[in-house]
Amino acid sequence: MLKMNSDLALLAPRVSFSAFMPIRLENIHLAFARREIFSNLNLEIGAQGITAIMGPNGAGKSLILRLLAGLIEAAQGRVLYNGKPEVPHGQIGFVFQRPVLLRRSVQDNVMHALAVAGVARAERPFRTQGLLELGGMEHLAKSPARKLSGGEQQRLTLLRALACNPGLLLLDEPSASLDPQATALIENIVLRASQCGVKVIIVTHDQGQAARVADEVAFVHKGQVLDIESTESFLNNPQSRLAKAYLAGALLID
Amino acid sequence: MQDFSQAFVQAFALIWQADPVLIDIIALSLQVTFTAVSIACLIGFPIGAALAIGRFPGRMTLVVFLNSLMGLPPVVVGLVIYLFLSAAGPLGFLQLLYTPAAMVIAQVVLVTPIVAALARQVIEDLYGEYDEMLRAMNASRIQTICTLIVDARYSLLTSALAGLGRALAEVGAVIIVGGNIANVTRVMTTTIALETSKGELALALGLGIILIVLSIVINAGLFLLKNSAQKRAYA
Repeated sequence: MLKMNSDLALLAPRVSFSAFMPIRLENIHLAFARREIFSNLNLEIGAQGITAIMGPNGAGKSLILRLLAGLIEAAQGRVLYNGKPEVPHGQIGFVFQRPVLLRRSVQDNVMHALAVAGVARAERPFRTQGLLELGGMEHLAKSPARKLSGGEQQRLTLLRALACNPGLLLLDEPSASLDPQATALIENIVLRASQCGVKVIIVTHDQGQAARVADEVAFVHKGQVLDIESTESFLNNPQSRLAKAYLAGALLID
Repeated sequence: MQDFSQAFVQAFALIWQADPVLIDIIALSLQVTFTAVSIACLIGFPIGAALAIGRFPGRMTLVVFLNSLMGLPPVVVGLVIYLFLSAAGPLGFLQLLYTPAAMVIAQVVLVTPIVAALARQVIEDLYGEYDEMLRAMNASRIQTICTLIVDARYSLLTSALAGLGRALAEVGAVIIVGGNIANVTRVMTTTIALETSKGELALALGLGIILIVLSIVINAGLFLLKNSAQKRAYA
């Protein structure tokens, strides 16, 4: 109970993301270097819990996250948050597949995120300390961030993304190259954030990870969402033929 | 040949005895140079950063223009600043001509393009790495520039060092706007030029040795600093 209370104090969204729900991608068209990535992509994401986006390489999963975060713009179509075509910048935390850390200490990386988010100077050290404790990294506070192991670096980027109490957390294959222990630590933080009311959307190839953390799965193939259903249903009996093939490892990329 | 070796002996004697004239000249040189380079960094780093992250029409033209300013001829800069600061010039009322302040202005004009152009390159490379992360954090333009300057700090020291090298070795501009007045605007390079023309090689050689030693010491110091930062993955 105590842990839950301290988690809530650290992780509860500043603005409940239900205020921005549902998130909808509407008629999205996107092309890079004359290669069409999305032609009429449509996706509606539920307000609660953790949504996993799965699909083969090149399906457009990471681009969906970037569209949601406003890092790229669609040539046509709209990203709607509660019906409004405005990305709620500042309410979204993003963890990239490859950790990008500042050339500073561990604690300064978190402090920087808090400073950018406009958190009062006096409050920053306490929040930083709390977040590092949450991630089990308090003993590394003064270490150079870029000297950490891959798992620690990714955990730090996750804590940094949570620093400004986002309502929506976007994770792009956060444990793609991590060992099971480092993956478990990441998943633990993600689950705790979700329990505190943070909406999470995670791109993953790992069916085990989807089973452990996700409430629903959206299956993407060649820029189209072919399936969206509960994780249990998706992993055991997916609706689409291509999802079945993907889960069986038999979906060939052309 | 004997004159030459005698001049060396006298030069070392001047250094060893900490000759007051020599010390005054070195102190003024360092004061002018470090002031100019500090001001050039304050102006040049933000300009370099803004050019590195800005996307606007004519940006490439500005970059080429800035790069070409790195080769500004010092005597031309000296002449232009002289015209501005002379009694009949638009800034004549400031009465800065033949003062250390005029020499600082000349050096700032010469060093700022070097610092800004090198900073642009360094920051542009770093921006490629940080761009998405900073946009995902919703960092403002100013926050982005500040983050990039802080994180590129050790590479930017190299840009500052290039500017320092230019300022420390500069003679053409400072002699025009400073006038090489004893005890007022006489710095190491202008003294070397003057003393050599007079055939007084001892002081010129003494200052030359100190100039080279200073350059080595500053470079070595920054090298050690950057090396230690690299070990901590801060550079």
